[in-house]
Amino acid sequence: MTHRSVEVPVIARVEGEGALHIAVDDGTITDLRLEIYEPPRFFEAFLAGRHFSEVPDITARICGICPVAYQMSSIHGLERLFGVDPSPGMHELRRLFYAGEWIESHVLHIFLLAAPDFLGFDNAIEMAKVQPELVKTALGIKRIGNDLMAVIGGREIHPVSPRVGGFSKAPRRRDLEPFLPRLERALEQMPGIADFIASLPAPAFPRPAELVSMVNESEYPMNEGGMGSTTGRRWDAESYEQVTHEVHVEHSNALHSLMSDTQTSYFLGPLARVNLNAALLTPGAREVAERAGLRVPETDPFFSMAARAAETTLAIEEAIRIIRDYEPPTPPMVEPVARAGRATWMTEAPRGTLYHRYDVAEDGTILEAKIIPPTSQNLRHMEEDLRRFLPDVLDRPDQELTRLCEMVVRNYDPCISCATHFLRLDIERS
Amino acid sequence: MSAPSDKTAKPRVAVFKMASCDGCQLQLLDAEEALLELAGAIDIVNFAEASSHIEPGPYDVTLVEGSVSTPELEEQIREIRRESTVLITIGACATSGGVQALRNATGKHDEFVRAVYPTPEYIDSLEDSHPISDYVQVDLELTGCPVDRGQLLGAIASLLRGALPRVSTSPVCVECKRRGYVCVVVAKGEPCLGPVTRTGCGALCPAFGRGCYGCFGPAQEPGNTDALGRRFVDLGLTPKAAADRFRFITGWAPPFREAADELEEVAR
Repeated sequence: MTHRSVEVPVIARVEGEGALHIAVDDGTITDLRLEIYEPPRFFEAFLAGRHFSEVPDITARICGICPVAYQMSSIHGLERLFGVDPSPGMHELRRLFYAGEWIESHVLHIFLLAAPDFLGFDNAIEMAKVQPELVKTALGIKRIGNDLMAVIGGREIHPVSPRVGGFSKAPRRRDLEPFLPRLERALEQMPGIADFIASLPAPAFPRPAELVSMVNESEYPMNEGGMGSTTGRRWDAESYEQVTHEVHVEHSNALHSLMSDTQTSYFLGPLARVNLNAALLTPGAREVAERAGLRVPETDPFFSMAARAAETTLAIEEAIRIIRDYEPPTPPMVEPVARAGRATWMTEAPRGTLYHRYDVAEDGTILEAKIIPPTSQNLRHMEEDLRRFLPDVLDRPDQELTRLCEMVVRNYDPCISCATHFLRLDIERS
Repeated sequence: MSAPSDKTAKPRVAVFKMASCDGCQLQLLDAEEALLELAGAIDIVNFAEASSHIEPGPYDVTLVEGSVSTPELEEQIREIRRESTVLITIGACATSGGVQALRNATGKHDEFVRAVYPTPEYIDSLEDSHPISDYVQVDLELTGCPVDRGQLLGAIASLLRGALPRVSTSPVCVECKRRGYVCVVVAKGEPCLGPVTRTGCGALCPAFGRGCYGCFGPAQEPGNTDALGRRFVDLGLTPKAAADRFRFITGWAPPFREAADELEEVAR
């Protein structure tokens, strides 16, 4: 029997706990492995056999930090297969919901996960003792993102209202209006956060890279758009699995993605989105990017934090715009009629493009599912970044080297970031 | 070096993750200002998602998210138990195996691995996804997918006062009545697990116009799951679809597992 290796459905390679193994001989790296030992959970396998209406409740559980992304990629894909065309009002409400997740996830990453390292703190709690006002401001902005997700979705972790066909219940105007003063205040606070980011002592790490994200002609991409890259590739959801492909490496429970034609890695996430959609940045986002020192084109991954701040600002501005014009979509949900076929879609999770495919039977049963999360697509690129970055810093003591390696990995905001906080550096020097 | 636990020092708290989505420990980070406050009352000495500063045990209070689904996790949870005075498991994965326990009922673990990973030899996982209590003694279980932030902070606060926390185990149905929500079964004919599911979410799904899908697991007295299953069939679900309602986020919890088995028997 021939072994079917790539074409069969693949488990959700949930990012998570990782370790880094490096071997150095005479000052040369002879082995470098970013080990992902997050236990497999087999999402794609147990999605098969379930009814399509259960999919958003299941895929949300892939990630506690970005459940909206997992719900949105599956809902949009299935709706397109079933011929459901979201109304303009539904489009706006979903964009508002996603904006909430971007705010929550980006601010969590900047302040609770990434920034403490740059200043030599072990965590945000220590950082808060020295910079209490700044951390308080940031947590307040993050709270707005969480609250937006909760008012629309019921709760911010594993929201309950998003369904294939709409929302089981849509918020009223008066549920959303109280957000306006909070969002406006947050918008005023973002330039200060940009200045803080600009002040962080980040290493310079210029190196060539192919940056990949969704592209959209009319609005900065979240839920909708095609794919693009900084080397000029363009493709769509239908061809995602032909343009890219996954390989399984022994040290990882997560698959690695490569471009199929060139067998090269690529780099997803906020920095890629800003590069490919710079013209669509909102005015405040543009100002924040500039103040944080980010000018496109820029491939240095240490500018990811600046890109996250710019996108947080964009999400705030979009939320203000949507809430000002908000009318609840009526009805909040249309009952989809199942149809046999293939559903494909991608959306922009906070940490990069998230692709879903479902093969569906006539009665609405999922026959096969495939999910390609952003972190597994970035894994090969992370390893390559480490290989390029390390030679210049190999003389540093182990503790500092560990911190630097973690910072390189954390630029990608791997979901879950404990992957990097859990980084166990195991260095063999001979 | 770590200081030994004593009565005058702040309690040493650790947070661990097994097979899970991170959502339950994220509830702690989402506590935001309460987290900063909490940090004044306890010493968080091992919480990989939040801090690079990691101390070895022993720990006074340990929170564990996630299920046991690999041989390494089985070893790790025994080690964690040895190091912990009070062990609290948080969330659906840790208390009932989680959504990934959907593989358990299939008996198809090996097939899943083969279907899913190009090189199955690289993967080492257990046949089933287990709740923590299958391996070690657990002092308190906080259910939910995710665990409720208020319950979690409340439990930590109780422990700080030296009391073992109490958690409501009444069904979602009671919560719905208390809050005056319209019953989705009666009004919309929506299948709802509210009569047999433990509250903790504040009857969130009915509040948002849909049926409960069991995030918090079986209520203390889960009631008549058989009758509820029959009701689902009366509402128009096939026995297989009715079984799937129970076999979901907390489907490996025994009362839900048995209800699903029974309905699948009918389906056959």
